[in-house]
Amino acid sequence: MTRFWTRLVVVLTVIFGLNYVAWRWAASLNWDAWWIAVPLVVAETYSLIDVMLFGMTVWKLKIRKAAPAPPHDATVDVFITTYNEDLDMVMTTALAAQKIRHPHSTWILDDGARPELKALAEEHGLGYVTRSEDWTANVPRHAKAGNLNNALMVTHGEFLLILDADQIPEPDILEKTLGYFNNRRVALVQTPQYFSNVPADDPLGSQAPLFYGPIQQGKDGWNAAFFCGSNAILRREALMQLGLVGYVKETEKSIRRALAASRSAIRQARKSADMDTPLVADVLDQVEAATREAQEQLAAGEPLSEITYRVRRRVDLAVQTLVQADVSALQADLEEIAAMELAHVGEAGVPVVADDAVQRMSARDWSPLGALESVQAVLDALNVERNDEAQPVMPLATISVTEDMATAMRMHAMGWESVYHHEVLAYGLAPEDIATMLTQRLRWAQGTIQVLLRENPLVQKGLKIGQRLMYFATMWTYLSGYAAVIYFAAPIIYLLLGILPVTSLSWDFFIRFIPFMIANQLLFAVAGRGIPTWRGQQYSLALFPTWIKACSTAAKNVWFGRPLGFAVTPKARQSGGPSWSLIRPQLVVAGLLAIAAVVGIIRLVTGLAEPLGTLVNVAWVIFDLVVMSILVRAVLYKGFEPAVDVEAGEREPDGV
Amino acid sequence: MEFSHEVKDSYAEVRADGRLNMVSAPKLREYVTDVIAGGSSRIVVNLEKTGFMDSSGLGALIGCLKAARQAGGDLRIASVQPQVKMVLELTSMDRVLTSYASPEEAFSND
Repeated sequence: MTRFWTRLVVVLTVIFGLNYVAWRWAASLNWDAWWIAVPLVVAETYSLIDVMLFGMTVWKLKIRKAAPAPPHDATVDVFITTYNEDLDMVMTTALAAQKIRHPHSTWILDDGARPELKALAEEHGLGYVTRSEDWTANVPRHAKAGNLNNALMVTHGEFLLILDADQIPEPDILEKTLGYFNNRRVALVQTPQYFSNVPADDPLGSQAPLFYGPIQQGKDGWNAAFFCGSNAILRREALMQLGLVGYVKETEKSIRRALAASRSAIRQARKSADMDTPLVADVLDQVEAATREAQEQLAAGEPLSEITYRVRRRVDLAVQTLVQADVSALQADLEEIAAMELAHVGEAGVPVVADDAVQRMSARDWSPLGALESVQAVLDALNVERNDEAQPVMPLATISVTEDMATAMRMHAMGWESVYHHEVLAYGLAPEDIATMLTQRLRWAQGTIQVLLRENPLVQKGLKIGQRLMYFATMWTYLSGYAAVIYFAAPIIYLLLGILPVTSLSWDFFIRFIPFMIANQLLFAVAGRGIPTWRGQQYSLALFPTWIKACSTAAKNVWFGRPLGFAVTPKARQSGGPSWSLIRPQLVVAGLLAIAAVVGIIRLVTGLAEPLGTLVNVAWVIFDLVVMSILVRAVLYKGFEPAVDVEAGEREPDGV
Repeated sequence: MEFSHEVKDSYAEVRADGRLNMVSAPKLREYVTDVIAGGSSRIVVNLEKTGFMDSSGLGALIGCLKAARQAGGDLRIASVQPQVKMVLELTSMDRVLTSYASPEEAFSND
């Protein structure tokens, strides 16, 4: 029944929305003020697409019945990922994880490698994992994805429950979710992230009831519910498959790239190196022949391992010849010196360079070929060991700081299925101050945009059209920062300058706009079934500087390799007074809005502006100010104070 | 790779800063030959800033030793860095070229 009403409202919203936006494009643009008229209609189009994608999501809202009974022999590893969180917090979570009823092993994945935590883990009989020696300073660490990938190599449970350090699981979390894996195609079961330290009015917008509700349930209907980093169970086989496929793809790509670059590298080396030495020229000839042959073999589809082995062998022999020649020349010099001054060289005569020394001098790190950097780089890339990474197989995607979404998308593209189980089975801790909250939102947004730019879901092979759009929908919402700026600018421009982006505010406008607005709000109400969605709507507009920063930094990162300025979200509250400076752009905008409203009213009174336009724009300003007012409460928020509850206080001596 | 030299009282100090490899080795040979031709056959090669040496580099060093001896002088090395030290030991060249702690010490006893 709910589904019928939801779909009805979706249809109405889309019809009214298209009707309004089509009219806006076709008949309402004030071309005299195109510089605001066009941006505004683009922003409105953005919002229409956003709501259409939301409508598409909830169209297939899937309300699941309880999972079947789990297989008793299913082996499970519970991973608790930590980097620098309080040891108390980590241990509270770990001990709760230990009490999960289904048989399992609990592991603390300590990226901070803290000896105290190791001792605590041992004391309580918990597994403890830190990065292996392979994670040298020369390879990227990949943050949490790296931490998980490392742990996957030293554990062997069939399924993995992943928990952030603050997510305290219920004892029945596995019993309620493992049964979904009876379906052999299911690779992921995601449960909600819920925070126990958030007051009812949620000033920082921490709870995401719309996301961990209709949105994930809707995505679930399209088989596109995705991994959110914690409180999820994954099938190891699927992850490993992902890692292997990724390994082959990356290796082939880098070999192809290296071979393609080899010709110009060799040419460059011929120019720069001293060609008086025929031996050097000869080595380069050998390298050239070897890479050309490798290119032919690659085109013929021969195995990468054999191709690279052959190249290396041939080049090694050439290098050894070169080193041997150096050594022979040196030996001859020594003989001459000895002949000049008898016995001066040493009692035992001229020292002889042993064969194994020649071997050693020919090895990669001391090879004379190292002098020809471009050539050496090509040869280094011709390997199947993936030396640029700590481990060749990286099951969790490392293309983004939000490895979870990227990983889920790759799983879906390989045909795996996912489940969203709508029941809170773990209780976490949300940021308790605005600085931490902003860092966290920035990171999520940056990660999402990285995935969009690196592996755009719209063009990923293997994804169904519905899945493509479901991933795209989430990414699309993070572009809202640009639309927000325009929505703030338009009323300011009208009230201060009297410039209206539409030709006229007439009956034509209202008859189209109002039904769309109403349907839009109704859609959120019906799809949300009474859950509070207003806080989310406020933050999606009010955090516009964060969203814009996320888009620009992620684009610079992906396109120009600049660092993101990535920070781990601190789980403990940051100290200090109210930090107004964090919302400076919003305060400036709010000030401009208020001034614009006053000026607009003065212009109305003095007859410079018309009543209808002023009324609409002042109402608009008030709406914008109400939206942004949440930030004042967020800045002033002093952290969570649990309600004084005598009963609860008596019941919980351990303070959990 | 950067070469420079300074003529002192009883010897000339040659500095070879950078990586002494296949590309730079012939240049060292040339440079030292020029210094010898300029009248200094007692050469100290200061390897303080020579972080790396391969077989060609080593060959050049011995070639320079030969040139110095042919001119009636000698070539000594000073301030050897770890990788270069390893190469010298591995090839037994440490028996031919003693490394001194500093250029001043290289010719201090003769």
